[in-house]
Amino acid sequence: MSFGDFKALDDVSLRINKGEFFSLLGPSGCGKTTLLRIIAGFENPDEGLVNIDGIDVLPLEPNKRGVNTVFQSYALFPHLSVFENVAFPLRLRKTAPKAIRAKVGEYLELVQLVDHARKKPSQLSGGQKQRVAIARALINEPSVLLLDEPLSALDAKLRQHMLIELDSIHDKIGITFIYVTHDQQEALSVSDRIAVMNGGKVLQCDSPYEIYENPATEFVARFIGETNLFDASVESVGGGRASLSVPGLGKVLVETAKGPAPGGTAIFTIRPEKIHIDHERPDGGRSDLNVFEGVVEEPIYSGFQSKFFVRCGDATLKVFKQHASYQEEGPDIAWKDRVFVSWSSDDGYIVGPGSDA
Amino acid sequence: MKRNLGNLYAGPMILWLTVFFTVPLLIIVGFSFLRKGLYGGVEWQASLDAWKAVGTPNLVAVTVKTFVVSMVATVITLALALPTGYRMARSKRQVLLLLLVIVPFWTNFLLRVFAWMVILGNNGFVNDILLRTGLVKSSLRLLNTQGAVLLVLVYVYLPYAILPLFSTIDKFDFTLLEAARDLGASKLQAIVRVLLPNIKGGIFAAFLFTFIPIFGAYAVPLLVGDMNSYMLGNFIADQLTKARNLPFTASLSLLVTFVTTIGILILMRLQAAPERSAEADAAIAADYAAANGNGGR
Repeated sequence: MSFGDFKALDDVSLRINKGEFFSLLGPSGCGKTTLLRIIAGFENPDEGLVNIDGIDVLPLEPNKRGVNTVFQSYALFPHLSVFENVAFPLRLRKTAPKAIRAKVGEYLELVQLVDHARKKPSQLSGGQKQRVAIARALINEPSVLLLDEPLSALDAKLRQHMLIELDSIHDKIGITFIYVTHDQQEALSVSDRIAVMNGGKVLQCDSPYEIYENPATEFVARFIGETNLFDASVESVGGGRASLSVPGLGKVLVETAKGPAPGGTAIFTIRPEKIHIDHERPDGGRSDLNVFEGVVEEPIYSGFQSKFFVRCGDATLKVFKQHASYQEEGPDIAWKDRVFVSWSSDDGYIVGPGSDA
Repeated sequence: MKRNLGNLYAGPMILWLTVFFTVPLLIIVGFSFLRKGLYGGVEWQASLDAWKAVGTPNLVAVTVKTFVVSMVATVITLALALPTGYRMARSKRQVLLLLLVIVPFWTNFLLRVFAWMVILGNNGFVNDILLRTGLVKSSLRLLNTQGAVLLVLVYVYLPYAILPLFSTIDKFDFTLLEAARDLGASKLQAIVRVLLPNIKGGIFAAFLFTFIPIFGAYAVPLLVGDMNSYMLGNFIADQLTKARNLPFTASLSLLVTFVTTIGILILMRLQAAPERSAEADAAIAADYAAANGNGGR
């Protein structure tokens, strides 16, 4: 798919399983919405194939695809009541009025809007509009439901709530959901699998766990969650473990099973919550630990956790520390404290060859 | 204090409308109840003659004909203006297209009608081409026909219909059409069931802007029509200039005002009407209760 010289999608190939909650995740302009619109039939790719239940749907008009969409802007028909919005697909098919009432009732029940059937969309709150859009898209019993950033117009709390509701609707209905979002939290919490996209390409397509714990590229590591990234050079590889030299920081051990360990340069990453921070030097007996001494440059208290920026040599490490439960911990770590940061060689990753490789 | 100021602001407008609209209208109403003077003008004598004359069969025929012609011209105009407005609203060159719609206004209305006379005349542009290409042996009578009246009326009032339609369609959220298509509507169904109901206001405005002036048309039938295509406006003009019957002219003018006002009121009522009746809604609510038993939330 290209617009002029701009390639919106480039060699994207995905296989989505029946009944799966599949997310397309990426920053705006990564091509995820274009991909969704191709599946829905609103855009025509220059080349390629879209196959649903063994049928090539590309030659089909949007109304013949057995696919329905929940639009980002809801796209409720303002001149129709909630009931008529949901009944719209049935009225098109000239369903008997009695059957329409029963079925619309059933789907309004599903999204808990029976009491609002007579209202016009303008009288509904954002969350209610969203639910009407979902009921309307589901009533045709599509084989695939496409959701285009359906929660982006809602406030944070409502978004959490709707996310859980979406998940439970998915469990109840059991059809394939393809969910487009730029919000990694949303994607991580509800998806069976996630395709992380950037620049019209799919960078990684895997379960939320693998995406977070084993990012395939620097972009994925950076986009999903927070992380520390360093350019490094590979010193030696042996015994399932690679020894990297990180300029400004020092020698870092990493399991070679965790991403490719090419010769020359590499990009090394370690998640901030995987790093342990303490006043005391951790147990020196373990050979897999990476231990660095540093100074707390900036402690940030953020409720359930604290974030620290620790300067070790010429490098700065971001460290998250979960606040303790009943167990007694040492004195609080404060600004300018001398601390030891440490992590297991099992927790770091190599996410790709270095930029000059 | 604020309210007083508001009245002050409205003052000039009230004065203007009173002097140039209400008073003349009252004068016309007054004239319609006077007796026709022998040499034009009026006799200061109360009379219902002018109103009785309104019911004559000849006049009823002209009124009906005018109504039919206005309807046909309006429907043709809207049928052309709707797709035009739609294309304009979806175009990237809106400003240019708007300009093109407005350009005819830069030329005087009468000049444009005269231009059509030149185009349609016996020795006009169209006949010239037809004769040269050998499609016809002798000139066709295009000018001074009912067809010519319709053509020129549509031409003149097309911009008045396009502009309100364009401005409403421009505000329309085109995602709604995609949503309709997505939910199973064909292109036509999406337009009829989603676009049209949502641009109702623009359609009504376009209808009024076209129908009302055409119903009172005078110059177009006079210049490009024949005796058979005379409309109410020509009839009124004749009463004024030829028969010199001022009271009858006044009552006829009021008739036109009355008919168009009624028309506007009916349209406004139609536009405000809800999509479905309250009974249907009640039935729907009752059905939930029956279908779901437990009722839901």
